[in-house]
Amino acid sequence: MPAQMSPPEALNTLSAGLILLSAFAMVATRQVQGVLRYFVIQSLLLAASCFLLGFAFHSVHLYVLGAITIVAKVFAIPWVLKRTLARELYVRREIQQVFNIPASLLWAMFLAIVAVLLVSPIMALTPDVIIRINFPIGLAGVLIGGFSLVVRREAIPQLIGILAMENGAFFAGIAIAAELPLIAELMVAFNVILIVVIVGLVARNIEETIGTTEAGALQELKEEPVPWR
Amino acid sequence: MKHTIAYNLMQVAFVLAFAPLYSGVLSRLKEMVQSKRGPSIFQPYRDLWKLFHKDQVISSETTWIFRVTPYLVFITPLFVTILIPVLTDYPLVFAFMGDMLAGGFFLALGGFFAALAAVDTGNPYGPMGASRTRMVGFLAEPVFMIVFFTVSFVAQSTIPYIVQQKWIASPAAFFSPSHVLLLIAFLMLILAEGGRIPVDNPSGHFELAMIDESKGLEFSGRDAALMKWGGQMKFLVLGCIFLNVLLAPWGLANTQAIAQVAEAVPLILIKLFLFVLVLLAIETSLAKLRLFRISEFLGAAFIASVTAMIVSIFFVS
Repeated sequence: MPAQMSPPEALNTLSAGLILLSAFAMVATRQVQGVLRYFVIQSLLLAASCFLLGFAFHSVHLYVLGAITIVAKVFAIPWVLKRTLARELYVRREIQQVFNIPASLLWAMFLAIVAVLLVSPIMALTPDVIIRINFPIGLAGVLIGGFSLVVRREAIPQLIGILAMENGAFFAGIAIAAELPLIAELMVAFNVILIVVIVGLVARNIEETIGTTEAGALQELKEEPVPWR
Repeated sequence: MKHTIAYNLMQVAFVLAFAPLYSGVLSRLKEMVQSKRGPSIFQPYRDLWKLFHKDQVISSETTWIFRVTPYLVFITPLFVTILIPVLTDYPLVFAFMGDMLAGGFFLALGGFFAALAAVDTGNPYGPMGASRTRMVGFLAEPVFMIVFFTVSFVAQSTIPYIVQQKWIASPAAFFSPSHVLLLIAFLMLILAEGGRIPVDNPSGHFELAMIDESKGLEFSGRDAALMKWGGQMKFLVLGCIFLNVLLAPWGLANTQAIAQVAEAVPLILIKLFLFVLVLLAIETSLAKLRLFRISEFLGAAFIASVTAMIVSIFFVS
């Protein structure tokens, strides 16, 4: 890495570190609300990165992207989740997991290392500081999000896992393709909100008929909707 | 040469003088957050004064370990103090006597003898606390090692003074993701080693729940004072390493002038006060973890530090 960085680049690097940390925190948290809180923090950091890179590249696109991120992920998604699945969000305390917390953290670490390893040949090709930081961290975010999607056995944390994957891809994307047409980004933002609405409503239906959104409890086939517990 | 020896002794004096104040400010602020008035910030000094003037009782069942331990617990943080930058950011005379690993070993030596002394008395609570401290200790040790390796890898040196210069010289390294992860890991390490709240409750008086405190139960008089003072100094020294070497290597004296060094004292105190506010936020917003959750807490610290190491290897190369 070059020894000198401009202030926005340096701050973007800092925010990359914090994004990786919040991805770990999402894996390490047991409470549904805690996972959601870390997701909001991660999205805020993502928006901060957008603004910083927008400042560095003199790109209005990235400013708008940052604004969209804040509106969609910091306000809209938690709001929708709280409207559709308030009971699951507030009443349920601990999430059921396939692995315990230290084991999942070890897996998350392994995935972060894989991400850095996978990207390292590409990193050798580019001297660009921002790509060198954002690409591996974004990929690590995608992998860790996908991992928590797999090991968590609850609808909402799984949904947040998908969203965290999207966050990671987004973080890598703003460095690689800063000049992506705005319409594409807008579509992605709306898509994400739509996913949340659909998954939220489906999960709510499941909860109404079965009484839980624990995906782990849905393995057995039952002919009639019975209260699960 | 004369200057640097004098400044090294000044660092020791600084740690000796302000360690009780540091604990006093933290406990006072904590009580204030809980809407109580709390003891004066100078209460730890009065406690030490009182203990130094009390008679000492030593069980006839104990061995030399019990008698030596208070002095070791008292002296080891001072040894670490002469190795780390407390007031100046250029290496002082003893700086090259030992690296950060030596500092870690010194602190561990004090902890080791404290645990031995707790077992030595035969008090039922002592060995319990001692074994718990060892549990926390052996979980914290790998974190410390990895943090140390990563820092020395990034800075290409194991001497704290040179590491600290590295962060100042290279903002790219300072803001790098691995540095953020290291800071979190080290902060968690300080909380575990200092017996602060998510791991241990320093103000608890219930022997069965104690981790760190129960080791000192059998000491009285001067020995108790030394144990207490040593514990406070250890906490201050860890805070100094965190602030001056890792987090905020600014505000230290960078010339030989005595005025500069004197000026560094209030600056360090301000930094420490800000750090106390962070600790306060952690202590008042978290609950003490159950004993078997501690491994999760330190496991998370370990993961953060290992990720920092891997990431730093790839980003530096």
